[in-house]
Amino acid sequence: MNCAECELLIHALIDAELDAGHAREVEAHAAGCSACAQKLASFRAMHEAMKGAALKEAAPAHLRKRIEALLTVPARANTAVRSFSRPSRRGFFGGFALGSALSAAVAASLVLAVMRNNEQQTIADEVVSAHIRSLQAGHLMDVETSDRHTVKPWFNGKVDVAPPVIDLTAEGFTLLGGRLDYIDGEPVAAIVYQRRKHLINLFVAQRLGAAHAGALSEAIQGYNLRHWSQDGLDFWATSDLAGDELDEFVRKIQAALRAS
Amino acid sequence: MAASGTVGRDTMADDAVADQDRMRRFHDAALPCLDDVFTLARYLMRNPSDAEDAVQECYLRALRHFDTYRGPAMKPWLFAILRNVCNAEFARRGKEEVPTDYTADDSAAEEMPMWQEPQASPESSILRQQESATIRRLVEELPRPFREVIVLREIADLSYQEIAEVAGVPVGTVMSRLARARAMLRSAWNAAETASPKPGSMPASGLSP
Repeated sequence: MNCAECELLIHALIDAELDAGHAREVEAHAAGCSACAQKLASFRAMHEAMKGAALKEAAPAHLRKRIEALLTVPARANTAVRSFSRPSRRGFFGGFALGSALSAAVAASLVLAVMRNNEQQTIADEVVSAHIRSLQAGHLMDVETSDRHTVKPWFNGKVDVAPPVIDLTAEGFTLLGGRLDYIDGEPVAAIVYQRRKHLINLFVAQRLGAAHAGALSEAIQGYNLRHWSQDGLDFWATSDLAGDELDEFVRKIQAALRAS
Repeated sequence: MAASGTVGRDTMADDAVADQDRMRRFHDAALPCLDDVFTLARYLMRNPSDAEDAVQECYLRALRHFDTYRGPAMKPWLFAILRNVCNAEFARRGKEEVPTDYTADDSAAEEMPMWQEPQASPESSILRQQESATIRRLVEELPRPFREVIVLREIADLSYQEIAEVAGVPVGTVMSRLARARAMLRSAWNAAETASPKPGSMPASGLSP
């Protein structure tokens, strides 16, 4: 064995990748060659030092949460199946209203407020679930185009509102397309934007969430979530984008809506 | 999403059950590798937020292709996907990293004995932390193919065969890259030592002579 061969096999020896025969050959060569012996010792010491050093890095908790969320939401049928079995919230509210008497009015309004909060939370969870679902293969877009004049008419007849489709490409939020989704058993328009590698789902519907519940800003399962009402529509924006950037997105949409 | 009216309730429920089962199997197989996948991403992307994006994309793609997964072991399989994600990102950015030129001081370093006999120094976690930080930095500074092979071998503890599968190259290429990578790392390490000699900081105490 010459030094050039030995130099390559030194590493295989250190990594325990050599069979016994070759290992003996390398060791025999190194025993008679101080240069190769020196290299073997020094590379082995480096290998040992790296093995003893703390070179791994734990995944951050928010990333773990995000990925766990990705793996626990059923890919399909989540909201759809529920919509068969569960009375819609409007039905629920309707029944409540019919049964309410004047004497119960105060109590009812109190209950209503609590219910709105719960409802708000349910919808917030569903919005994030819908976002996570949309990240999976073939779920993101029904109409894939950066042309807002294609996206907007596509929603005609699919949802009961004409969702505003705003092109913010010039401002760093690329319009990718749109999708029909279901939140709380109701069809809603989902408009998909992208910032760098981060996807933003903007859900638009009438009365998606309790009216007058005010704006909402929180994080669920590692996703940031914003809700506001404007022009009689409810907007929910959710993304893995950093909070301040999602706020920027929301401000830009709000500004564009006011200008239109 | 399919319109709810077109699919019967039973089919849908079956699908949901199948989905959940698939998710659970993927969850159990892939989630334990998360720290390793993140570590590789961290070294490949060299930036925590890019690494997070790459890991998330990796898990999405892996979930998508989980039906066709037949091996190898889960960790190398995820690594191969992650590597593709990172390469796609580099291609998208359209600019190669500026390669660091290590050839100049390679030969000089060859002559110098790098590892002295371990000095009598107290076992100190601070020293170990400093040393770990130095090694991390030096690994991060290696040009990509060499950084990759070092991380896969020394940090992720993959076999040559597994590295070959992850990187999509023959085992012979893995061996020559690893030899070159270790030589680069050794000379960079020597240079770091010469620049700031800290008694006993490197090599770590307790090395084999």
